[in-house]
This record gives sequence, C-alpha cells and structure tokens, in this order.
Amino acid sequence: MELNAISIGFVVFTIFTLGGALGVVMTRNLFQGTIWLMVSLFGVAGYFVLLSAPFLAAVQILVYIGAIAILITFAVMLTRSIARIKERYIRTAPSFIGSLALFLILLLGVTIPIFGAHSPESIPEYVASTRDLGAALVDENGYVVPFLLASVLLTAAMIGAIFIARDERS
Amino acid sequence: MEELCTGLCSVLLESGADPGLALFLSLLVGVLLVSGVPLITVILLIWIERKVAARIQDRIGPNRVGPVGLLQTIADMIKLLSKEDITPTAADRVLYNAAPLVSFASVVLLWAVIPFTPFHFGVDLEIGALYFVAIASFGTLAIMAAGWASNNKYALLGAFRVVALLVSYEVPLVFALLVPVLLAGSMSLVDIVNAQNGMWFVVLSPLAFVIFYISSQAETGRAPFDLIEAESELVAGFNIEYSGMKFGMFFAAEFLHVFTNGIIMAILFFGGWMGPLYYESPLIAFAWLGAKGGLIYLTTLWLRNTVPRLRIDQIMAFNWKFLVPLSIANLIVVSFVLKALQELALVPRDLLSASFGELLPTTVVLLLFNGAMILYLLGILRKRGREARREPQNARAEFAQPASVAGH
Repeated sequence: MELNAISIGFVVFTIFTLGGALGVVMTRNLFQGTIWLMVSLFGVAGYFVLLSAPFLAAVQILVYIGAIAILITFAVMLTRSIARIKERYIRTAPSFIGSLALFLILLLGVTIPIFGAHSPESIPEYVASTRDLGAALVDENGYVVPFLLASVLLTAAMIGAIFIARDERS
Repeated sequence: MEELCTGLCSVLLESGADPGLALFLSLLVGVLLVSGVPLITVILLIWIERKVAARIQDRIGPNRVGPVGLLQTIADMIKLLSKEDITPTAADRVLYNAAPLVSFASVVLLWAVIPFTPFHFGVDLEIGALYFVAIASFGTLAIMAAGWASNNKYALLGAFRVVALLVSYEVPLVFALLVPVLLAGSMSLVDIVNAQNGMWFVVLSPLAFVIFYISSQAETGRAPFDLIEAESELVAGFNIEYSGMKFGMFFAAEFLHVFTNGIIMAILFFGGWMGPLYYESPLIAFAWLGAKGGLIYLTTLWLRNTVPRLRIDQIMAFNWKFLVPLSIANLIVVSFVLKALQELALVPRDLLSASFGELLPTTVVLLLFNGAMILYLLGILRKRGREARREPQNARAEFAQPASVAGH
C-alpha cells in the first residue's frame, strides 16, 4: 500500500474504531465504556470522510455521538455503582471462539465474492454529492418507499413512546 | 493535488520545494491562521464582556491594567496559569483533564467553515451548516464528561441539567438553521452568504432568526438560560472542581462560543461579509462580517445582563411547548410558500445573481406570512399571560410541584 494522506488516515481511524471497540468491552467502568464507544463511532465517521461522504460523516457524529451516546450516558448515570462493578464475565473460551468464528465469516464474506463482485474497479468514478443523496431519497426510482416506511415506523414509535409515558391523570 | 495548490503553496513550489511539503506547509499556515483568529479574539472578548456587564450594572469595570483595562485579561491569564493545578483524588484523571480541551476545541473547530471574506475561509464544506451542528454536540459531551469525572454531586447535578437543556434547545436551533439552508438551496456557508446578495435572509424569515437567536442563547448557557453556571443553586455547576487554566479553558470556550454564534448568525441571516464596497478589498468584507457579528454579540451581552435566570422546568416547558412547535411550523410554512412561489415562477432560479428587484415579490410574500405567524403568536402569548395572571393560585401550586411540568 502506498503511503499517502488517505492511507495514513485509514490507519489512524482504524486505530480509533478498533481501539474504541476494545475499550468498550475491556473497561470495568460503564461511563468510560460509553466514552470508548464515542471514540469508536468517531473513527467510523472518519471512514466516511475518507470515502468522500462528508454528509454521512457529519450525520454519524450528530446522531451517534451527539444524540445516541449522550442518551446512553444518561441511562448509565441513572444506574447504580457504575464505577465499581464486581461481577466478572468468566466464560472467556466460548466468547473467544464465538468472536473468532464471526470474524472469520466476515473476512470470508469480504474477500470471497459470494454476494457479487468485490473488485476494486467496482468503485464508481463519480462521487455522489449531498444533493444526489437528497434526490435519491425522494425519487420514485430511488429510495422513496423505504424512506417513507422508515418515517412511518419512527412516527409510530414516537407516538407509542408518548402514549406509554403519558400521565394517566391528564 | 494541483487545484489545491494555490497562493502560498505555488510560491513555495516555484522556489523549488517538494510538492507534498509545499502543500502541507501552506495548509498548516491556513489552519494556524483560522484557529489563531478565535484564540486572539477571545482575549479581547473577555475584556469587552466585563466592560459591557460593568456599564449595564452601573460600574466602571476593569480599568487598572493597561489603557482602559485592556491588559486585564492577560494579567488574569498569567494568574490562572500560575495557580495550583488540582485534580481531585477520586476523579477520573483522563476524562477530567480531557474535558476542558474538548470543550474549547468544539468551539475553535467551528471557525474552520466560517467564510471571513469572499476569498478567505478555512474550507468550503458542502455540508457546512450540518458541520456546525455536529461539532457543537462535542461541547455537550465535554460538559457531561467534566461533570461525571469530577466525582462531585454538584458537578454531576449541574451537568445533568445543562445537558438536558443543551440537547433540548438543539431541536429548535436545527429547525431554524434549516430555513436559511432552504432559502439558499445549499448547506455550504459560502453559498448561503452568496445567496444573500439580493436580500438578507433575516428579512425573508425574521421568525427563523428569532428562534435561532433564542436557542443559541440557550446553547451558550447565557441568561435567561444560564443553568450552566448557577452559582446560587449548585455552588457553580459542572466546573466546580476545576481550577487554574483548566477552569480558564471552560471559561474561554463559553465566551468564544457566544461570539462565534454572533458570527454564525451574521452569516446565516445578515449576509455575512456582504455590505457596501465589500468587493473593493477583502479587508472591507472582513470588517463587515466583524461589525455584524459584533453587534449581535453586544445584544446577547445586553440580554444576559438584564434578565434573571429561569427555573429548569420553565426553560423546558418553554422549549418543548412553544419553541419546538413554532420552529417546525415556521419551517413548514416557509417551505410551502417558497415552493408555491417557485411554481408561480416568482422566485429567480439563481439566487447568486438575483438582484434586489427580482427578489422583491419573494420577500414581500414571505414577510407577509411571517408577519401573520408573529401576530398569531403574540395573540397566543397574550391569552396565556392573561390566564396566568387571572389564576395566581394555580401558578403557586405549580411552583410547589415543578415536577408536574418537568416530566417524569
């Protein structure tokens, strides 16, 4: 691999993503775990920048770090004794084998073309802009049906949450 | 690579430097300049803030160190740097020390996308407006980390309240931010400024500007939303354990954030560097941006020093029951009216070259709809105020049980 800005960026963001993920599962402190999760998600945002998708990178930071991770910190802080967890997860061997098997399956899926070609030439020359992304979401030949379905699903979830949380008296 | 290499980079190339090195050096100078502007500005801002606050409170303010007290901030900085740097024994050392850095960085990073003049900006991101929102969310994270890492109940309580406030007011802020994006048809801040060539967006949608102004006042934690540092309730707030320059960084980040929001508002709603003679010299354009941003900044200081602090439940109720529905309604109305005008071919296709005259029909129609909305709102507020005055018993009962409003 030739050494240029993109490859250096890739290495740095990989360290962020994998290091953060390791931190999430290794730390005994729940709050530090959520911070590691943010580091990992930040690394993923970096990948989006390297893939010329700045919109997705900003959305990744805004939604995952700015909203979901903050929500998780709230949930963590409402639990008791977040910094002093005594219980240990001791079944190391099965989890090691399980994660290794999962990793191998992923590796095979990426390297062996089972689900279609994975040659580097398949990356298109044309880099889609944010405008194209927005147009594809509302284009009837694009993703308008999944987009509407997701919107309806989210609205239903929101109404359900309001209904459950509503005060009976009012 | 070639199109990136302009200005200083091409000069270095001609003098025989390595292309990669030349590009790196020119980018480095650019980054240092863009991040240097806010770092220098903040020293002056603290002096301005203290002077304005003093004048509003009928005092003189700093006037001993240097001419009219101008060097007071530098003296304060030396004092803060020489203070003992305390980390509580039970604190989370890494997070405790990282939080002030993240807090300050989240503000300085915003300056990367700010167009200072038509030709001078850190970077013209296609997603500039979204970048602004995404980076601002790091500030929330810093406050949360500081509050938790201090291992102090007041700090944690303060952080909880503040994060609830910041996350809530981000919603109307983003909805108000979408209006200029919609009008300009682009999220790039450079394009947004260029699209205001014919008419400032504050005229097209004054309501969006007011919502943005209120929410950014809350985002920076200024009165009447200054829960961030409620000294009368929580000793200080999330930064209670911090001392020395680490406290100074939170402090500087807040001051800088207020000014940065003034500049952002000038860009989004007041035409940024647009103004008479801006095309003559970049310096004039830069001065226009500074003047507009500074004026907005002064009004926020004025507001901060005039109004008292609201209770947390009042702040939340105001946001979720008033500001959020209003901002959504405003966005829907503006987008429908704009689409209708486009169908009637009353909006010029290209805003960048549209003159004042071409934009006049759009302006008048949008302004009429905004005026109607504002009148309707004033009616609602009047009704609510009357009801509140008529039933003082209910208001007192509510004060006794604020939890009924704050939610469970």
